[in-house]
Amino acid sequence: MKQARIRWHILVFLAPAVFVYTAVMIFPLFNTLWLALYTRVDQERVFVGLENFRTLFFDPIWAEQFWNALGNNFWFFLVHMLVQNPIGVALAALLSHPRLRFAALYRSAIFIPTILSFVIVGFAWKLILSPIWGIAPSMLDAVGLGSLYAPWLGKEEYALTTLALVSVWQFVGIPMMLIYAALLTIPEEILEAGEVDGITGMAAFWKIKLPLILPSIGIISILTFVGNFNAFDLIYAAQGALAGPDFSTDILGTFMYRTFFGFQLQLGDPHMGSAIAGAMFAIILVGVCIYLFGIQTRMRRYQL
Amino acid sequence: MNKARSNPLNTLAMHGALILYTLIALFPVFIILINSFKERRSIFREPLALPDSESFSTIGYETVMQQGDFFLYFQNSMIVTVASLFFILLFGSMAAYALSEYRFRGNMLMGLYLALGIMIPIRIGTVAILEMMVATGLVNSLWALILVYTAQGLPLAVFILSEFMRQVSDDLKNAGRIDGLSEYTIFFRLVLPLVRPAMATVAVFNMIPIWNDLWFPLILAPAEETKTLTLGSQVFIGQFVTDWNAVLSALSMAILPVLILYVIFSRQLIRGITSGAVK
Repeated sequence: MKQARIRWHILVFLAPAVFVYTAVMIFPLFNTLWLALYTRVDQERVFVGLENFRTLFFDPIWAEQFWNALGNNFWFFLVHMLVQNPIGVALAALLSHPRLRFAALYRSAIFIPTILSFVIVGFAWKLILSPIWGIAPSMLDAVGLGSLYAPWLGKEEYALTTLALVSVWQFVGIPMMLIYAALLTIPEEILEAGEVDGITGMAAFWKIKLPLILPSIGIISILTFVGNFNAFDLIYAAQGALAGPDFSTDILGTFMYRTFFGFQLQLGDPHMGSAIAGAMFAIILVGVCIYLFGIQTRMRRYQL
Repeated sequence: MNKARSNPLNTLAMHGALILYTLIALFPVFIILINSFKERRSIFREPLALPDSESFSTIGYETVMQQGDFFLYFQNSMIVTVASLFFILLFGSMAAYALSEYRFRGNMLMGLYLALGIMIPIRIGTVAILEMMVATGLVNSLWALILVYTAQGLPLAVFILSEFMRQVSDDLKNAGRIDGLSEYTIFFRLVLPLVRPAMATVAVFNMIPIWNDLWFPLILAPAEETKTLTLGSQVFIGQFVTDWNAVLSALSMAILPVLILYVIFSRQLIRGITSGAVK
């Protein structure tokens, strides 16, 4: 039986979502990539092809800023991968222990920083680390490490790492929760079978649980990657659009904001801003593709 | 029972580690909250002490109330968040129903198209979004934010909700059809109530990022009357940087609503995450 008439209700159900999504997300996305191919000369939009990208990658003034932001962004991501995710996994492993009391309480408390806005987190840590207030130095003094204190956010060599660690502090709840959820799905029989074979405690974690939660770790890695490469808020809240000191905390998000809107004496340039957005898009796309085709398909999934 | 799994020393070490990390997680929030209730001198002299009768002061809150329009900011944040959630849930569940219930040409493709946005951040398109909002006159209005957040939230909402809608029994829907209900009535009266838990999960997932976003309010609606709480506190703190009482109070006022929402919804949020809705 073939129906030739249009089933209008399907159209009605789909239309609002598809319309809003296309008009506000997909269309501007491609429009931005398109704008990156133009430049403004005397109030006129002129097509220049890939010229903006050449300026961005090779022109001495632009290139220095761009590679600096990109390098910082990779360091920012690396700190997350090396600190946030292991801590998240460790906390989840502790929380998922079967007879642990107060697990729900710990879980809710550790997740609190994740719900706060970057503005709160940025300023709160700025105050705490500030040499004027002196909470950080006096606490370090109390444990005998007072000599280690430095105004971290004000020093070029430490500022980016400090901010990355603040961001880790804020977001550790997400890997913790996702890994916790993954650990809960591991059936008790498998662990008991391991115990019969003498695999308990840490060994059980490394040999049984970790291989089973690898897919979740993969998802967390790609979420971290996408999140870090369009990060902006924390740096802006703590260090401003100039991402000081001396651009040492500049990442792609703040670089794009500065270029797009202008700052101090430099005028805003939507076309160069679009070019940076295009570069960010390419980086995220490459990352997502590596994950989807390189990692996810090769990862062994165990039927539980 | 196995020894290694119930060793009291092990349990102690586990609690020790968890307590340590809980303290790290809560300490900054705690320090901001207690110092916001102290007068300026004791903020600096004894930052770790709780406010007592001598050091207690609400001068910071008074400054905030006089200088910043925090009620307006709060109201704006509320309108934007609630309206965006409403549209995400309404449009998202409608699209999810169309994709999971009906077979039509292009169903797969449409699903993939809508799923694209899960991985690609909407911020990449900011330049063109701003141009569009300026052209349509929506810039500096809450509608600009609502539209952007709706578009941003839809992909994941459609994805999660269609997973859940596939589990709604066909017999129920067919019974409705035999009784002569229209497709719309079946959707709104029969299906929607059954996927309410999934909708709550989607709402909680979207609520926090929308409430906390700084990027789009800064770019699309920086005018005084459309500032959200996040942007409002950012600007206020920037202006009052040297007035520690005011800064600490503004921070506390920005923390409190989120904290209250979290206490109310934390069970839903945690259940949503751990039920594997984002696998």
